[in-house]
Amino acid sequence: MAGIVLKDVDKYFGENYVIRKLNLEIRHREFLVLLGPSGCGKTTTLRAIAGLEDIDSGEILIDGQAVQSRQAADRDIAFVFQLFALYPHLTAYENIAFPLRATKESKAVVDQRVREVAKALRIETLLNKRPSALSGGDMQRVAIGRALVRRPKALLMDEPIGALDAKLREEMRAELKHIHLQNEATTVYVTHDQVEAMAMADKIAIMNEGVLQQVGSPADVYQYPVNLFVAQFIGSPIMNVVNGAVRPGDGHTQVLLGKDDAVLRFPSELYHKVVEHRHAEDELAIGVRPEGVLVARQSTDGYIPVEAHIIEPLGPYDIVDLKFGRQLLRSRTASGYVEKAGDVVWARLDEKQTHFFNTSTGESLQIRL
Amino acid sequence: MARVELKNVTKKFRRHTALSDLSLDVGDGEFFVLLGPTGAGKTTTLRLIAGLDTPDSGSILIGGADVGKWSAAQRDVALVFQYYSLYPHYTVRENLEFPLKSKHRHFSAAEISGRVARAAKTLRIEHLLERKTDKLSGGEMQRVSIGRAIVRQPRVFLMDEPLSNLDAKLREILRAELKDLQMKLGATFLYVTHDQVEAMSMGDKIGVLNHGRVVQIGSPYQIYNQPRDTFVATFVGSPAMNLLSGVLRDGRVVVAPGKLEIPLQGAILSHLAPGLDRVTLGVRSEDVLLGPGGGLEGQVYGVENHGVEKIVTLKVDEHLLKATVPARMAIAVDSTVPFTFNPSKLRFFDAQTGANLGSVKEEVHHG
Repeated sequence: MAGIVLKDVDKYFGENYVIRKLNLEIRHREFLVLLGPSGCGKTTTLRAIAGLEDIDSGEILIDGQAVQSRQAADRDIAFVFQLFALYPHLTAYENIAFPLRATKESKAVVDQRVREVAKALRIETLLNKRPSALSGGDMQRVAIGRALVRRPKALLMDEPIGALDAKLREEMRAELKHIHLQNEATTVYVTHDQVEAMAMADKIAIMNEGVLQQVGSPADVYQYPVNLFVAQFIGSPIMNVVNGAVRPGDGHTQVLLGKDDAVLRFPSELYHKVVEHRHAEDELAIGVRPEGVLVARQSTDGYIPVEAHIIEPLGPYDIVDLKFGRQLLRSRTASGYVEKAGDVVWARLDEKQTHFFNTSTGESLQIRL
Repeated sequence: MARVELKNVTKKFRRHTALSDLSLDVGDGEFFVLLGPTGAGKTTTLRLIAGLDTPDSGSILIGGADVGKWSAAQRDVALVFQYYSLYPHYTVRENLEFPLKSKHRHFSAAEISGRVARAAKTLRIEHLLERKTDKLSGGEMQRVSIGRAIVRQPRVFLMDEPLSNLDAKLREILRAELKDLQMKLGATFLYVTHDQVEAMSMGDKIGVLNHGRVVQIGSPYQIYNQPRDTFVATFVGSPAMNLLSGVLRDGRVVVAPGKLEIPLQGAILSHLAPGLDRVTLGVRSEDVLLGPGGGLEGQVYGVENHGVEKIVTLKVDEHLLKATVPARMAIAVDSTVPFTFNPSKLRFFDAQTGANLGSVKEEVHHG
């Protein structure tokens, strides 16, 4: 097992860059998720690490060795695709054993390794079955088994559970994570699903249009997104973002949502911090996740009256659309807390969970209150 | 707008029974969601109501009238599909006008342009009216498809997974828009999906379908809190409800002897039929509470960060169960943690049939 380093990697398709100046470090035993919308360059990055795609400039190091000019077969890494590429005429056992057959391992060693992997993947009872007799989840387990059995330096996975249904994905992501904890194989995992990325990753690298946006732990990218793209790509429901402004108040800062649709009281230091950034106080995008929109049923100091619009009961909690003047902000409340559309409740934004972005660049001002 | 009723509808395709004795009552102005996995019979139900297929037995009523012998056009319902069926070489305006220019309708030019303008405003696609539909994004195309249904002012809207081809963020936005639209129009919506989040968030009422049968009909709150059986319990809610099979012994459910035993309180005990010895215990992840006091312990098998919260998988013997905890809580994999259950949220199911042993007697009120 080994670490992987990407240095200034560029990749073009014709005139257009697919990856631009990518610098990324995946530590030994780390589970890194490459996350982004389709076309962001995440799969190309993965394929470049695997050697399935050439890069135009930069370096790729595996275990300290530059590998960008090496063939895929000489990089000692295993690749798992979205569609289970199994041999239909071979049993699950033979499919897993296949990569070892080419080596000179003895039958006993092969058998031992196959059974070890099968045990970790909980497919011991399925080893005699052909792929056609397996469920989608089990086929993908076999495909992963085939990748793990070689004990490669790194495991690369391209949306490996993207084709499965929601419940099975939920199960498989917990299992894959558990397998990783047991194996400690350095893993690079590509997905467009932020829930999967948050749930599985040690570290998430978010890409957009070929450019790396942010690298950090799930908690980091969720709590401290560096720009609007990351802020709104991570998290469901999506982070509320409205244009607004800040004004100095008497012992506090006024935060204006929209064109004075609502005026909220924030700590006085906020205004100074915005000004310190030499940022125009009128050109702010104000972001807050639904759990940062606090709701009370009674009039409460610092809260303003707002009208409830749509209520989405999701089971353990509700998502309630609140009308701050013409601005709709979604709030996460206890189930049944707001009874019906049209009710007036009181609300404010939690200053610790409110983000301020530059409206023209989308960059976060990194103000922490 | 109209009420839609299905009474004892059965539909077979050769030997395969797609719908079996299905009865539904969708109220006038109601947002009714048919939820179920692939092959449950959701789309067949919509096609029968639209008049694209005929049932083998049973009746279909729209606005109180039996429409069994009515053509699709006479039924005056609008279908919106997963795939936007727009005319690619025409503008958005032309696409919206099209349903109003059919031979069977006689609308004045002023009426047509008025309806198109109102629909475009409602869907916020006014700026797209002169654009060709092949220049639109997926979300815009789906808005236009819905617009084509709206201009007709049909008695019922039938929607077949209209959001499932869109990406997650757009789905989230359009889901709120659709609900808003339905409230504004006061229209009857029958909406088909396999996505339980869509069903929960949009439906006034949800009908859960499986293998061509209605399993349960209720408000999102009822479906979530009082699932009729283990199918509904695990199909609705994410993560899926924890199900643990246990033995009833001396007023306790024993899942793992000495390690996972849950004492039952009087009220719950009386729900469980005497003579029953095996039950399936159901508990949602948010009702598995990490902390001391319950005398239960589990080993942390995995931790998933979901931003606002974490989902912890606990292992007790060979049983895995999930708990939702605040994101702030620090939890190490392989550590041993105490936990307990929220006793009022435990659900009990028949080990053989999967039926909820308590929901029959309990009436749940909400709000």
